[in-house]
Amino acid sequence: MIKRVIVLLFLLGLGLLFIAFMQGYTPDSELNLTGRYYAEHTAQDIGATNIVTAIIVTYRGLDTIGEVTVLFLTAAIVGMLLSRGNRKGKSLQRELPQSGELLTTGSYLLVPLILLLGAYVFINGHLTPGGGFQGGAIVASAILLMLLTDPLRHFSHQLIAIVESISGLLFVIIGVLGLFYAGGFLDNRILPTGELGSLFSAGAIPVIYSLIGLKVGAEFSSMLVNLSETEDS
Amino acid sequence: MNEMLMPAVTLLFAVAMIGAAFVAIQVKQISIAMLAAGLVSLLASVLFLFFAAPDVAMTEAAIGSGLTTFLFFFVLGRVRGGQRD
Amino acid sequence: MVQIAMATGFILILMGLYGALTNHNILRIIVSFSVANTGVNIILVAVGYMHGRTAPILNEAVPVAEAAARIIDPVPQALVLTAIVIGLGITTLMLAFAYKLYERKGTLDISKFSELKW
Repeated sequence: MIKRVIVLLFLLGLGLLFIAFMQGYTPDSELNLTGRYYAEHTAQDIGATNIVTAIIVTYRGLDTIGEVTVLFLTAAIVGMLLSRGNRKGKSLQRELPQSGELLTTGSYLLVPLILLLGAYVFINGHLTPGGGFQGGAIVASAILLMLLTDPLRHFSHQLIAIVESISGLLFVIIGVLGLFYAGGFLDNRILPTGELGSLFSAGAIPVIYSLIGLKVGAEFSSMLVNLSETEDS
Repeated sequence: MNEMLMPAVTLLFAVAMIGAAFVAIQVKQISIAMLAAGLVSLLASVLFLFFAAPDVAMTEAAIGSGLTTFLFFFVLGRVRGGQRD
Repeated sequence: MVQIAMATGFILILMGLYGALTNHNILRIIVSFSVANTGVNIILVAVGYMHGRTAPILNEAVPVAEAAARIIDPVPQALVLTAIVIGLGITTLMLAFAYKLYERKGTLDISKFSELKW
């Protein structure tokens, strides 16, 4: 098999590059300039205790807008690829086994708790590990549990789209407000930074991260619902 | 954690991850390969916790090992039948 | 410890690429790509780690004044967080295309898709 030999040669070359990289690598013992700046200035400037959150939401907030835009595009393309044109009239007619009593009852108990955990994770993103992306994924997993309990349940695509677009719009509006009332686009100091470590601190970061959480949760949910509503072919 | 223990535990996780990755790319049944890929992600998220990255660990556990595996299975459920490996 | 994790990441990348290049089933190719993706994330986190330091979260253990001497580099972590989220987006997109191809042809064998082959 000539093809396999070529693949192995390619991987061998790549492996040699990796080995060369590892031999030349010495771990830093001091923070580099960027890391040092973030470590020293986050507490005074941003007021967030979680420095990763401060980087994602404020210092590199523009990249995060790009990231949620990429996610939105992904959800839109998945919806476009998997849409069935006029599906009206012939609804899904799959014969499915009844989901068990345990799963149904358990999901009634667990779904509100999972949603609550998701909201907690993205509201406390500036204090503890976590934030909008993790919280959004947790919210989407609550939707996933509902899908597993009743695969034929109809989720309102319109509601998902409305939540997603409103939170995206508010995210950008808050960013523009920063342009007028604070230092620049997505500056979090349009609200007072407050006391370090309390829930209502770090300016607009909890608001922005909650909006990101809702948006990401809606996007993941729409991907899951779209993929789950495809029919057997 | 203990100074001696950390490299040993890291090595253990590394071996487990490489084994799971081997299963993921070599095993015959696709469903087992998908579960093994999810296992690689899950072990990676514990490794991230050792490397003092709790944010990344949470993201990897929720997204990389949770949602991704379920997306794989949704698609696998649709294409099963009429399909030989 | 950093070296172990980096070696693991590199091995995972190589294994994932090998699986993606040699398997014939599109779903298995996507699974292999997700393994390689995990390997890249492990390497990036390992590069940011510094021995004897703690997570970049300010609390009682890490007072603000000593933060620069006590925490590890937060920038790679922010990068990896983005990479994981986008990785799910890419995987979903690949899966949607795989489903579409299956619908069109009734097979997922990559060697049967030869329209653009020359």
